[in-house]
Amino acid sequence: MKLSKMAIVTAMAAMVGSTPALADLVFPSMSYRTGPYAAGGIPFADGYADYFTLLNERDGGINGVKANVIECETAYNTQKGVECYESTKGEGALLYQPLSTGITYQLIPKATADGIPVHSMGYGRTSAANGKIFSHVFNYPGTYWDAASIIVNHILEENGGDVKGKKIALVYHNSAYGKEPIRTLEELAKKHGFELTLVPVDHPGQEQKSQWLQIRRERPDYVLMWGWGVMNQVAIKEAANIRFPMENFIGVWWSASENDVLPAGEGANGYKAVTFHGVGSDFPVFDDLKKHVIDAGKAAGAGDQVGTVLYNRGLYAAMLAAEAARTAQAMHDTKDLTPAQMRDGMEALKIDAARLEALGLPGFGPEINVTCENHGGPGLGAIQQWNAADGKWVLINDFGPADRAVIDPLIMEDSKAFAAENNIPERCN
Amino acid sequence: MLYRETGDFKSNYAADQQTFPIKSERYLFWAAMAFAFLVVPFFINDYWEKSVIVPLLVWAMAALGLNILTGYCGQVSLGTGGFMAVGAYACYKLMTGFPDLNIFFVVILSGGVTALVGMLFGLPSLRIKGFYLAVATLAAQFFLVWLFNKVPWFYNYSASGQITAPERTIFGIAVTGATAPPWATYLFCLAMVFIFAWIARNLTRGQLGRSWMAIRDMDIAAEIIGVQPMKAKISAFAVSSFYIGAAGALYFSVWLGAAEPTEAFGIDKSFLVLFMVIIGGLGSILGSFLGAAFLTLMPVLLKNVMVGGLGWPTDLAAHIEIMLVGGLIVFFLIVEPHGLAQLWRLAKEKLRLWPFPY
Repeated sequence: MKLSKMAIVTAMAAMVGSTPALADLVFPSMSYRTGPYAAGGIPFADGYADYFTLLNERDGGINGVKANVIECETAYNTQKGVECYESTKGEGALLYQPLSTGITYQLIPKATADGIPVHSMGYGRTSAANGKIFSHVFNYPGTYWDAASIIVNHILEENGGDVKGKKIALVYHNSAYGKEPIRTLEELAKKHGFELTLVPVDHPGQEQKSQWLQIRRERPDYVLMWGWGVMNQVAIKEAANIRFPMENFIGVWWSASENDVLPAGEGANGYKAVTFHGVGSDFPVFDDLKKHVIDAGKAAGAGDQVGTVLYNRGLYAAMLAAEAARTAQAMHDTKDLTPAQMRDGMEALKIDAARLEALGLPGFGPEINVTCENHGGPGLGAIQQWNAADGKWVLINDFGPADRAVIDPLIMEDSKAFAAENNIPERCN
Repeated sequence: MLYRETGDFKSNYAADQQTFPIKSERYLFWAAMAFAFLVVPFFINDYWEKSVIVPLLVWAMAALGLNILTGYCGQVSLGTGGFMAVGAYACYKLMTGFPDLNIFFVVILSGGVTALVGMLFGLPSLRIKGFYLAVATLAAQFFLVWLFNKVPWFYNYSASGQITAPERTIFGIAVTGATAPPWATYLFCLAMVFIFAWIARNLTRGQLGRSWMAIRDMDIAAEIIGVQPMKAKISAFAVSSFYIGAAGALYFSVWLGAAEPTEAFGIDKSFLVLFMVIIGGLGSILGSFLGAAFLTLMPVLLKNVMVGGLGWPTDLAAHIEIMLVGGLIVFFLIVEPHGLAQLWRLAKEKLRLWPFPY
């Protein structure tokens, strides 16, 4: 009896460090299907997994090599994210998409030291767009600073180019993520002469009465939002309660899913957000998804998220990863990739309109052209608006550029400071 | 079984009062230390370091600190997360302000800064106790985290409010930063915890520890027999905060490498450490380690068994893990309300009497 107990104990000790089977192209998915941010994490993780399942089922993988998505639950928690990273990196992980700005900040130095690329698509550290300093971190096709600038451009457009004296409030998640746009907005406020008010909301953001009371009192002309998880829907409901004009309430791309607007019902009608990819499921790739993945019963999760904003984003992230893997395979003339080769593939990634069309996603996103210097992609974004009657997001303009004259010097400044702190030499010279 | 006490005689007081009076237990302890210091560093890898052992050591350090305050001196504190934040931010400011200062001293100084802050927040304990004190320390928790989020000086005006640990070395070997080898960070944390657990053990056996325990058991009686409540309570807050601050410094610089206040030092961390102390055993040095081990290793183990071993979906596993850990806490507290340390104490009694336990 003692012996069998010992055997169980040793077996369990061995399991603490256990590892699942190896596969060809490993894409860990750091998902969060639990916790206060699960409503955003589930559709993204489903979309990410489903696209790779589609490639495996329809094409037999990427150039014939199967992709293996290892899912690891982070609950949007930094420590669990680090644990996920450490437990999966030994399995030949090619690319990490942390899906959390906090985890991204943790992984930037670690993954760079381990030589594994990180793709923080539209989140993470904005100044990682400077590829001269951040060799292994990519944040194409756009950054928070681009998002902030595109929103301000939209406001400029609505006001005939003059926003002098207007009041703009930023409601933000009081964390690294929410604080990211402040620098850019401050610069833009100086340039265009609007007045910026900062309204922080602490994690998880279920209670925002005082913040919206402040907004009601100060009557800003526009409210911008950098929120995530339950914070978004609470904010939109509160805005509806104080009858804030919804078309003047503009969120970042993480504050713009169906989960966020549906709870406010009719009140959310007209809410806007910036986005870097298309909306809805009117793309040919969804027919393939339905045929090969969903009807075949291979969909990830409950399979009920197809076509939602965050599902599309997960799908888009997977598509960019798969295309980078293809680029790497062509560059290095090999089918099995190492993380170093994957990094090269990401740095040489080019996606034009024709390629998007071939992938069954015509016009889904802007053209992407990653270079050694620029890891932040084109930085283009469009504005989408919620139509509560139809229950649909609609793009109301084309993918437009951010104010590079403001953002590029900021990126330079922040990345140079990081390089100086950590003694990183410049690349790409 | 493990213990053969025949012939283990003590001929002086020093031998009789040592920490491990039983010879076989002493040998067991030194064998374990030899294993930890001399064998583990050769086998440790990134995963074990970052996900299992360094977390265990850091939480053990924090649990030691809280155990001194709550277990030995009887002052309930919910401010552990906030005090860890003080340690972490002190560590960050010292690391960036004095790049040439050795990280060992940085961690000690961070503990010192936290001790000062802890004494300040310990002042209410002179007038209030029990739940009221818990509320006062809760205020410390919220105030400190708010402070580090609000005042940019603490995070050196970085755009995102994150603090990131630069690389620091001991004897030319990096122990913080991304390139630090796992054995170095492990040995650094282990040495820290070893030294401070040693000190804690001896503090609690000495005059100071006895005055804490007198206050814990009955403060009025203690005051009548000549224990100064102010001295005892404030010193308990100072020592406890020192440990928690040093744990916070290790947590930020060695383990995580980057932190933001609201997530890394939230109220849930205060509860986590309090649970460790309660499950491990109030008023026991060993209990701090057992409690920390229980609450850091159990989730990792369960996750690996369910996801890695059985191949369950990650969300199902995560939910079951929360339920199982909660259930196990209730189970252990019903079976042994005095914690895992008491369980070990009872087992030891049985083993000493083996093969004729009664």
